[in-house]
Amino acid sequence: MSIDTETARRVAKLARIKVEDDALPALASEFSAILGFIEQLNEVDVEGVEPMTSVTPQRLKRREDVVTDGNQQAAVLKNAPDAREGFFAVPKVVE
Amino acid sequence: MSDLTKLTIAQARDAMRKGDTTSAEITSACLTAIEGADALGAFVHHTPEIATAQASAADTRIKAGDAPDMCGIPLGIKDLFCTKGVPSQAASRILEGFKPEYESTITSQLFDAGAVMLGKLNMDEFAMGSSNETSVYGNAVNPWRRAGEETQLTPGGSSGGSASAVAADLCLAATGTDTGGSIRQPAAFTGITGLKPTYGRVSRWGIVAFASSLDQAGPMTKDVRDAAIMLTAMSGHDPRDSTSADIAVPDFEAALTGDIRGKTIGIPKEYRMEGMPAEIEKLWEDGTAMLKDAGAKIVDITLPHTKYALPAYYVIAPAEASSNLARYDGVRFGHRAKLAHGDGITEMYEKTRAEGFGPEVQRRVMVGTYVLSAGFYDAYYNRARRVRALIKQDFDKVFADGVDAILTPATPSAAFGLGELTNADPIQMYLNDVFTVTVNLAGLPGIAVPTGQDAQGLPLGLQLIGRPWEEGDLLNVAYSLEQSAGFVAKPAKWW
Repeated sequence: MSIDTETARRVAKLARIKVEDDALPALASEFSAILGFIEQLNEVDVEGVEPMTSVTPQRLKRREDVVTDGNQQAAVLKNAPDAREGFFAVPKVVE
Repeated sequence: MSDLTKLTIAQARDAMRKGDTTSAEITSACLTAIEGADALGAFVHHTPEIATAQASAADTRIKAGDAPDMCGIPLGIKDLFCTKGVPSQAASRILEGFKPEYESTITSQLFDAGAVMLGKLNMDEFAMGSSNETSVYGNAVNPWRRAGEETQLTPGGSSGGSASAVAADLCLAATGTDTGGSIRQPAAFTGITGLKPTYGRVSRWGIVAFASSLDQAGPMTKDVRDAAIMLTAMSGHDPRDSTSADIAVPDFEAALTGDIRGKTIGIPKEYRMEGMPAEIEKLWEDGTAMLKDAGAKIVDITLPHTKYALPAYYVIAPAEASSNLARYDGVRFGHRAKLAHGDGITEMYEKTRAEGFGPEVQRRVMVGTYVLSAGFYDAYYNRARRVRALIKQDFDKVFADGVDAILTPATPSAAFGLGELTNADPIQMYLNDVFTVTVNLAGLPGIAVPTGQDAQGLPLGLQLIGRPWEEGDLLNVAYSLEQSAGFVAKPAKWW
């Protein structure tokens, strides 16, 4: 399968990674090579096979639905690039 | 005692208990070795103050008697592990400056057992790579060189710094992580032992996530006994990782009897790849003969879907990565791009991720995004998960037929030169994991053991694959192979 530059642009947008226009053709050709490699999977007969979710057939453990942690505002914000007044700060989201 | 850095965990443990040496002495010898080893690019964050304090506390415990096996053992910790107050950035620019406010479960367990942290180890960015060349810190370098050459070789990846540090005796052992071969391939490239446990044996909590259904941490050590000792200390149920198994952890060292009489070892025909170097073929045949001589029964087996493991992996791993790495958005931790006037939140995300992620990480995140996008989810992602189920069934059948362990080569070649594959098509690099990736897809334990050298003197390793949860048995077969192979070569010091 061949990926065109428009598709590469769309994927970059979905992944929220800025890719300059002049880098798109090279990216598209890399995607094409990787997807070409993946295409081999079409040779396999997967009729009636359930997609695997977990390698170990186990039910995820559950616990009591209660608060077990909290009151760590300072620790949570410690590594933020921009934290103000107890919040994460980001550029304006709503006009 | 001389050459304290060359001790194995078991030797150091016994010597410290006898009072022949102390953790302070071994730790100080390692710190000195690390200082002189910048050329290897293995240690990327040094923590001598923490090491010295931990060593002193360990010595007190040892003197009091009753110290655990790992007490006082100086380790290197892969940069993927969150270590409290110490940079933990997965070798990525996007986590520059990030100092976790918490400690990963595995490092907590190791430190509670008295282990000493010398520093953080180089790796491929977000563990994506097979040569340690995608790291923001620059390359880690293999202490081994081809006979008569000065070409810098890769220590493998993604746990390249861990492999280099253990092989060069900068630390007694190191932690690694393995999503598609990232413990076993570098172990094979550097002549050390590397074990990936059964999925769920060790907690993933506090380890920067790459592909959650495949990631598993494990020990990288100088020999099989050390792998057993360290695995025991790393294992166990963790309520904070819902996929960690709530089953008993045996004393893996106690399983090392070296007696493998009556064990059945499978030799999978699909691992005999076209164009496989004669040296690898011979290594495999020699290893098979060693296990046979030790009393094991050798059987030919078939794992028919092997060929599809790498393509399935390169759908599943990027898909999970694109989801896991969505958290790097410049809001809560790490790097945020400088914004232009009028830039909104979308520009912040896009610029931050473009600046923060290297090319290989960007490529995999985007491939993952593509295979999960509307219209392709069934064709790629669900199909790959179906193929994954078939790969696991291949192993289930073989184990049900009475095979105890499977012997394969660990890598398709010896360590290659840094830069040799940089300009090649990315798939050439991906082929490094051809023998290891099936084990992650099936969630099985696998171990790489050094068993020989190529014509240029570089180490070569074999891989043993075990039944789920039977690491003890697997380690015992590996122990027997290690005894027979008698690999003792060490790289000549040039750094």
